[in-house]
Amino acid sequence: MSDRCVAVLAGGLSHERDVSLRSGRRLSVALRSVGVTVEEWDADASLLPRLREQRPDAVVIALHGGEGENGSIQTILELLDIPYVGADADACRRAWDKPSAKAELARAGLLTPDWVVLPHRTFRELGARPVLDAMVERLGLPLMLKPDQGGSALGAQVVRAAADLPTAMVGCLAYSDTVLAERFVDGVEVAVTVIEGPDGPEALPAVEIAAETGVYDYTARYTAGLTTFHTPARLDAETAAKVADLAVSAHRLLGLRDVSRTDAIVAADGGVHFLEVNLSPGLTETSLVPMAIEAAGRSFGAIYAGLVDRAIARAKPAL
Amino acid sequence: MTSTGQPPERQGARSLDPHLRRYAARAEGMTASEVRALFAVASRPEVVSLAGGMPNLAALPLDSLSDQIASIIADEGLTALQYGSAHGVPVLREQICEVMALEGVHGHPDDLVVTVGSQMALDLVTRIFCDPGDIILAEGPSYVGALGTFASYQADVRHVAMDDHGLVPEALRAALAAAERAGRRVKMLYTIPNFNNPAGVTLAVSRRAEVIEICARHDVLIIEDNPYGLLGFDGQIYPALRSMDADNVIYLGSFSKTFASGLRVGWALAPHAVREKLVLAAESAALCAPTLNQMVVSRYLATHDWKGQIKSFQTMYRERRDALLTGLDQHMPAGCTWTKPDGGFFVWMTVPEGVDTKAMQPRAVTARVAYVPGTGFYADGFGSRQMRLSFCYPPPERISEGVRRLAGVLAQEIDLLNTFGPTTSRSLSGPQTPTPDTA
Repeated sequence: MSDRCVAVLAGGLSHERDVSLRSGRRLSVALRSVGVTVEEWDADASLLPRLREQRPDAVVIALHGGEGENGSIQTILELLDIPYVGADADACRRAWDKPSAKAELARAGLLTPDWVVLPHRTFRELGARPVLDAMVERLGLPLMLKPDQGGSALGAQVVRAAADLPTAMVGCLAYSDTVLAERFVDGVEVAVTVIEGPDGPEALPAVEIAAETGVYDYTARYTAGLTTFHTPARLDAETAAKVADLAVSAHRLLGLRDVSRTDAIVAADGGVHFLEVNLSPGLTETSLVPMAIEAAGRSFGAIYAGLVDRAIARAKPAL
Repeated sequence: MTSTGQPPERQGARSLDPHLRRYAARAEGMTASEVRALFAVASRPEVVSLAGGMPNLAALPLDSLSDQIASIIADEGLTALQYGSAHGVPVLREQICEVMALEGVHGHPDDLVVTVGSQMALDLVTRIFCDPGDIILAEGPSYVGALGTFASYQADVRHVAMDDHGLVPEALRAALAAAERAGRRVKMLYTIPNFNNPAGVTLAVSRRAEVIEICARHDVLIIEDNPYGLLGFDGQIYPALRSMDADNVIYLGSFSKTFASGLRVGWALAPHAVREKLVLAAESAALCAPTLNQMVVSRYLATHDWKGQIKSFQTMYRERRDALLTGLDQHMPAGCTWTKPDGGFFVWMTVPEGVDTKAMQPRAVTARVAYVPGTGFYADGFGSRQMRLSFCYPPPERISEGVRRLAGVLAQEIDLLNTFGPTTSRSLSGPQTPTPDTA
């Protein structure tokens, strides 16, 4: 590996820049620890000339949100024929948009909380009150509000009373012009990392998330100690298998590649509900993927080095 | 190994912070926040940052400074790189007294302690005067770094209203009376009288004696924080509170805005009786401020036309202030009001009712413009309708562009409010007391 040069892309201009920089730094250290030569690059106007000039052997995208997950950077790398870890541009475009991903998985028969997706324009043109009323009528309360795109729970919130909806809508729409409202499913929150190896996609042990405040928001995610994680999740064998199946199915159905993280809820009746999939999951010191890798007794650096190998092998023309 | 075949340390409940139960109560608020995370984007050149308070150092004579620093190392390296006295380098203390004399302050070098920026001076003063629960009065709004220091000593901060002429004496009297009625002791008044951060307003000269008199009568120490005092755009210099009362005012000064913020050299000038405690506190906090940095400042003051340099800073910041105010006049929607500073770095803007500047921040970052939401400048949750706009760092044309973008963001936010009606802000909707541009 030591003769290879890998560029880790981190930073960017999305709302998740700070998290991305931390992910990139941690990933770079992990890759270097297993002998990979790594450079950390920001995704700005210098990126394209740098990619052309230095042509790294592979790129690992540690950008979160926006260009890093919506297929844009992937398209650039495909244009330049530079191998990269992660889903291709087409798959990113489908999976990045939360309502599209939910719809695709629901069509395939997977459980996902009932949802409504609407742009600000609709509320403005039809009047907010009747539209919000219809939304509550359909989804009930509490409900979950999220921007239709984006991660790190930015702009996401549980709305417990109809009177709180207008304020929550304004907060959510600060991140995106479209909101995704979901029926709130009470249960155990889990995150399942899927890693592809020679035998195809494999689910690592699920991580169970128990936020001290009950809500796994930005502060709970990135302040060590505010959330208790159970690895593996405290699930019976049958439910654990269902959770793993859901994550692998989501990975396959959405056409993902190399690595993904599926967030899900295990309801009281044992039903496992898909919430969203992360194409470039967080890799910080409080993130779930490194935790799952460690819980599986594997090495974070070695796994990502293996994914780099896969990306490079994929790019080689068949003989 | 366990039944799942994994080593036990990888299993079970993990909080990721094994020290969780060990933290002091004062660390409770030290958590990750969305607002702080968004500032990571604000530092990118694509974003017009009207958020940070970084001084613009481009006008400094870097070549000459480089030679001077090399010469300090060559000629006095063994002193410059050694521990020094917690009191500060003696010659620098004498020079600082000459700087303060410009504002009418006549202190003795022995009563002055050199610190790691005036932020450390504030920390030391709070450390030696405030017990947990003691009341500190501060202007509303007040400097976010001071509020952080006060919180870390578990002080109880109460805000005192300002108007366009600074702290309102009547509001100060009312705050003191309220504390006394409640049987509470007010330890000190923290004030930035000149070109206030964040409000941009200046305490009227006619009010200064009154503020001093009120505090003296109520036995309240005044902490005068004056980092911007020499940055009046017309060269105007206001008399420091310390120049009017040497016994009850601790004066905090800094070279961060008039020379180089990265050197972290500031100071506290205290009444003689307090000085010994300050020196001992400085010694326990940091042993001493960096000797090399103190010597660099000293050499700069001795060999450069530092007064001329300050004049050029005044001119530069005035142009930037003008760009900001012109842009606000041209682009801001109805219902916005703002202060018009005649020095310093900041404008304080109030937006139409219902707009929450903290909730709006992600939209601003998407539009590639950054500001600081007003709630950061209050200890009590007010300020949701306010924001601090700084004009110190971006050049005038970027400031104009930033204001144009910000106006677009506000227009979109107002459009949202028109759709969804008034929001119930997660912070208090304040201000209930006047802020500088609303009084």
